[in-house]
Amino acid sequence: MNASERSEKLAQHNLHDKPKGLLAGLSQRLARTSASIVGQVQSLLRRRPTLDAEFFDELEAILLQADVGIKTTTRLLSGLSRNLKDGGQGRTVSGDDVLKVLKDEIVTVLGPPEPLGEAMESPTVIMVVGVNGTGKTTTVGKLCYRFRKSGSQVILGATDTFRAAAIDQLEIWGNRAGARVIRHEEGADPAAVAYDACQAAKARGADYVILDTAGRLHTHVNLMRELEKVKRVVEREIPGAPHEVLLALDATSGQNGLIQATTFKEAVEVSGIALTKLDGTAKGGVILAIRDSLGIPVKLIGIGEGIEDLRDFDPNEFADAVFQDLE
Amino acid sequence: MFENLTARFQETFRKLRGKGKLSEADVDEALREIRIALLEADVNFKVVRDFVSNVRERAVGQEVASSLTPGQQVIKIVSAELTRLMGGREAKIQHSPKPPTVIMVVGLQGSGKTTTVAKLGHLMKRQGRKPLLVAADTRRPAAIKQLQVLGEKIGIEVFATHEGDDAVQVASSGVARGKFLGCDMVLVDTAGRLHVDDELMAELGRMQKEILPQEVLLVVDAMTGQDAVNVASSFDERLELSGVVLTKLDGDARGGAALSTRAVTGKPIKFVGVGEKVDALEPFHPDRMASRILGMGDILSLIEKAEAGYDQTKAGELAEKLRTADFTLEDFQDQLEQMQKIGPLDEILSMIPGMARIKGVGDMKVDDGRLRQVGAIINSMTPEERKNPGIIGGSRRRRIAKGSGVRVQDVNVLLRQFDQVKGMLKQFGGSGKAQRRAMRKGIIPFMQ
Ligand SMILES: Nc1nc2c(ncn2[C@@H]2O[C@H](COP(=O)(O)OP(=O)(O)O)[C@@H](O)[C@H]2O)c(=O)[nH]1
Ligand SMILES: [Mg+2]
Repeated sequence: MNASERSEKLAQHNLHDKPKGLLAGLSQRLARTSASIVGQVQSLLRRRPTLDAEFFDELEAILLQADVGIKTTTRLLSGLSRNLKDGGQGRTVSGDDVLKVLKDEIVTVLGPPEPLGEAMESPTVIMVVGVNGTGKTTTVGKLCYRFRKSGSQVILGATDTFRAAAIDQLEIWGNRAGARVIRHEEGADPAAVAYDACQAAKARGADYVILDTAGRLHTHVNLMRELEKVKRVVEREIPGAPHEVLLALDATSGQNGLIQATTFKEAVEVSGIALTKLDGTAKGGVILAIRDSLGIPVKLIGIGEGIEDLRDFDPNEFADAVFQDLE
Repeated sequence: MFENLTARFQETFRKLRGKGKLSEADVDEALREIRIALLEADVNFKVVRDFVSNVRERAVGQEVASSLTPGQQVIKIVSAELTRLMGGREAKIQHSPKPPTVIMVVGLQGSGKTTTVAKLGHLMKRQGRKPLLVAADTRRPAAIKQLQVLGEKIGIEVFATHEGDDAVQVASSGVARGKFLGCDMVLVDTAGRLHVDDELMAELGRMQKEILPQEVLLVVDAMTGQDAVNVASSFDERLELSGVVLTKLDGDARGGAALSTRAVTGKPIKFVGVGEKVDALEPFHPDRMASRILGMGDILSLIEKAEAGYDQTKAGELAEKLRTADFTLEDFQDQLEQMQKIGPLDEILSMIPGMARIKGVGDMKVDDGRLRQVGAIINSMTPEERKNPGIIGGSRRRRIAKGSGVRVQDVNVLLRQFDQVKGMLKQFGGSGKAQRRAMRKGIIPFMQ
């Protein structure tokens, strides 16, 4: 099967379960992500049918430019060359073989897809955390819309009481998605907002509480303490909560993403990542290092600014999309 | 992580010790580690490749200074080259000869544009200008409100219409409004957009044609990875940027994007953002950035120590200015502003290479009130007076005291201290250690 047949098949396959407009958008957007990698690997394979040191140098270049980071890249490539040696005795190894092995490695590192945490008994509480500007509020809005579409009741907590007009921003998303927003005034204690949101959810029998927290750099210790306090309040008010602590991670971020994930995990036990802005040209390769060293899975991806531009993260689909034109 | 790097380097040093000229092997060995350091700092892969090969060419065959190991010599070359590449200190805002000066602030979503607009406005206002902020981000929910809230906080007028309005139209009306109000600066906040979004990039192009800004500043998040080059070059191709603002440097990202954007656009980094508050904006210092990107503060200060006493070029630009006569009250004021914004003293000190290692530094306390007072006094001087304090006679002193709300004696004291410090510096002349001692004792008179 050549590349175009394959992508057509993939498209048809997807048509069954996704509306056409959305799909067109998704594949187009992911194509942007993959285009340059794909182009590079293709030209690389054309130029070098044999596997030598230079070949590996070029593979290394591709991974590094995807923000995979030098450590993980080195690890992936040594795994790759080991695999090729073990399995490839006596036969010529093609570029296709190499890619398949590399892709398998990546999928293995990323692990199987994992669903969002759910409470046994409503409400499910989700906290969205992260550094400034990664797309927390937008992700909260999109997620809220997803739950609303499936008929659930959602309460949003405007726990970002710091950034100017952050509360209004969430309110607009709440209106779009049809959810009530629990808000205090700017500068109020975020833990108090979280408390009220939990109370409101219990009183109304809501299915979900989503807390939009203020962006904070993980280096500001007092702000991290503040976040821990929000989480403690949630824990106290609703047993078993929060059921999901999502770190909004910008796909354009480089190796600092790993440090962010490490620090946020230490503070509030991050359970999943929402990888945002994948509609750009950044690849978000740092998630490999994050999964590898911290075990935090990516659960959601953001592929645009629209309310529907949220997808579940599927490692296979993701790796496929990255390399789709090559198989 | 960095400890590892430092350890690896020391290993490299040991192996390389005791040679007269840098051989290819010496250089390659050290550059292998440099390459890793740069990649870990998110400098773009291709930029790293070019950089490393340039340094290699330059370094092989160089004489190793007697006090350094070959490895140290290579790092010294690397850090000088990084500093040079990131270029000119404090590229300032270009002001239009025919006010208002119009500045467009552009960038990806979430990079920090709105905050940067407010910070720039605040800075301009403190410099005695009259800015207008224009809310041309009509796309993101509550972006207009965000700018309005910030404007109110800093007492600067904001021109805004409604969400969903045509951004080009808003920008153009905003500039007209600025003229009408007699503002000398108009700062235009734009919606975040992807560099591959043709439609929205074209919108920026139209806006630029319409309002003809003196400056188009690209805001880049310091945490950006490899993609920084694509972003910067796309925006530059479309808009011919005049400069870059690097934000969120108060985090611990090593900030390789600074080098990447500079390498692909050639445009200077004009400011850095170091916090969420409106006064957390600073001029860019290539030398600090170089040592941050290398992540080798320790090694660099080791090298500096080794060199102290005979290599004066290494002590940095400030020291250079301190030593020569052209250290002016303006530089002094600049230092003060840094301090006021950065906050805790130990943080400031850790940014001055070598400073943290001086005994007793940790015990110093900054007298905040005095610091503010000194700042106010210098602020009330004319640029001419700052450059040439000699001209400040009695009547000027009275005017300055009045302008800054202090007593004439306070102005006198400051001028005297400044004089003393300059004298002292001249006297100390050469050695880095002596300069630092002078700095500690004199330049910073409000530290006890
Ligand atoms: N292109 C794109 N932009 C996004 C995505 N998610 C969020 N954004 C934009 O990123 C900016 C910052 O988002 P916001 O939700 O305010 O970030 P927060 O500060 O983390 O709450 C806004 O302009 C959003 O529209 C995404 O998946 N793709
Ligand atoms: Mg937010």
